[in-house]
Amino acid sequence: MNWLDTVIQGTLLGGLYALFAMGLAVIYGVMKQINIAHGDFIVLAAYLALGIVAATGLHPFLVIPLAIVVFGFFGYAVQRTILNRTIGGDILPPLVVTYGLSIVIENALQQTQSADPRSIKLGALETASVPLGGGLAVGVFPLVMLVTAIVVAIVLEIVFNRTRLGMAFRAVSDDREIASIMGVRDKRLFGYATAISFAVIAIAGVFMGIKFTFTPSLGPNFLLYAFEAVVIGGMGSFWGTLAGGIVLGIAQAIGFALNPGWGILAGHLVFLAVLLVRPTGIFARTA
Amino acid sequence: MSALLETRGLVAHYGDFQALFGIDADVHEGERVALIGSNGAGKSTFLTSIAGMRRSAKESIVFDGAPIGALDAADVAALGIALVPEGRRLFPSLSVEENLAMGAFNRRKGPWNLENVYSLFPALREKRRAPATSLSGGQQQMVAIGRALMANPRLLMCDEISLGLSPAVVKEVYAALGVVCSEHGVSAIVVEQDIELARTMSDRAYCFTHGFVSLSGTSTDLTREAISAAYFGV
Ligand SMILES: Nc1ncnc2c1ncn2[C@@H]1O[C@H](COP(=O)(O)OP(=O)(O)OP(=O)(O)O)[C@@H](O)[C@H]1O
Ligand SMILES: [Mg+2]
Repeated sequence: MNWLDTVIQGTLLGGLYALFAMGLAVIYGVMKQINIAHGDFIVLAAYLALGIVAATGLHPFLVIPLAIVVFGFFGYAVQRTILNRTIGGDILPPLVVTYGLSIVIENALQQTQSADPRSIKLGALETASVPLGGGLAVGVFPLVMLVTAIVVAIVLEIVFNRTRLGMAFRAVSDDREIASIMGVRDKRLFGYATAISFAVIAIAGVFMGIKFTFTPSLGPNFLLYAFEAVVIGGMGSFWGTLAGGIVLGIAQAIGFALNPGWGILAGHLVFLAVLLVRPTGIFARTA
Repeated sequence: MSALLETRGLVAHYGDFQALFGIDADVHEGERVALIGSNGAGKSTFLTSIAGMRRSAKESIVFDGAPIGALDAADVAALGIALVPEGRRLFPSLSVEENLAMGAFNRRKGPWNLENVYSLFPALREKRRAPATSLSGGQQQMVAIGRALMANPRLLMCDEISLGLSPAVVKEVYAALGVVCSEHGVSAIVVEQDIELARTMSDRAYCFTHGFVSLSGTSTDLTREAISAAYFGV
């Protein structure tokens, strides 16, 4: 095994996991909730992108902006019509309702799209690579994923730390009641947070559809990867989430290089190790 | 002159427990009203009800002639009602300056801005980038007061703001409050444990006992004896 190459490939794969994770982290950061259907929405976004590509013939990368807009509005609507009703009391209702959504989405996709594996074709870009020297090369597409993940992390950091909206997000997350007596309309704000989460889901969904062959039933796996990346990275900043995704990607790549059956398992082991040794996450901001 | 704030038969419940039993109270423009009463009398519940942190009967709270009892907290805030909550409740993930900025979230026009709050509490200026909860108790109280002022309120409600402040700072804060009320026509409701302080800094006072108003009147008319009688519900 070529260690350097394995780490590089894992880092690039980690970009995708970071994209999975950042959408989850947005919702957790603002509402302190886990969206159990997160992975299913990623799969749904992939089918949506596949449909748009088939209908329009657009290049998959050009579908991304469209998917972001559609999913952004979709996320706002899901929050305002369904998820807002579950907020504010017990921790159980949001879990149960998003679990229900997960089942509904998976079954609806099975019914309408069948269980046949699909993927979004990228054409020539799929195999294009950039030589790094020393016999190493990185694929153009994985590189695009990683760069996108970095850009998304930067944008989210700016939104959360430098804008009035982000200030309100953090205030509501700290103390919803006091934020509302300052004039924050919390339910609308939660809609915005889910819109942002879903915009990231849209990007993640398109990339996932290109990277993997997918079926309607993969959602829970992606939720797990997203969750693992968030926990490994630690809450508090999107840099941590990005790093968590990369650590997970590297762990899977090394596991896979040792034995093709061990990839996913290695990721889970790193996740469990972090939970045991540093439950707040490797890169957590110590409060 | 009609009152800026009137409550008529205001009641409040926590589950099966009733905390307020029909409170009738008025606050006029520019007036400072003190709320006194023993622990659990319902003073904080009265303030949080007005702020819209729980729903009340629509007509039981009237502000500037309009019934506001059933409004959302955010709508109440937009009318210019600000609260310095019991226990300060600053936003821990926000810096001092961000906490103050949250107070101005409604963008109401008026005399208060960051500059004026820093002039009132100079200690906050050098700590503006620090997390609000890293400050001393007294400084945190200043942030909480500054945050409410940033809303440019017409009615400012303060729940035990002297807690954690040194006597000198307490004097300063109440002096500032007096200026805010007299110069800008702001009305204030102040919950204050120190009865002597409550009397001297207010125009009128209400004494709460077990969710009822047991005594009310012009602060200078209320004798210490009458207050302690009302306090203990005898
Ligand atoms: N969240 C709550 N849940 C249940 N009961 C509550 C709650 N908050 C207050 N109470 C009860 O309501 C009554 C009034 O409480 P409130 O806090 O308004 O009194 P207070 O006059 O502000 O007292 P203090 O001087 O201790 O601040 C008390 O008996 C209290 O135990
Ligand atoms: Mg109280």
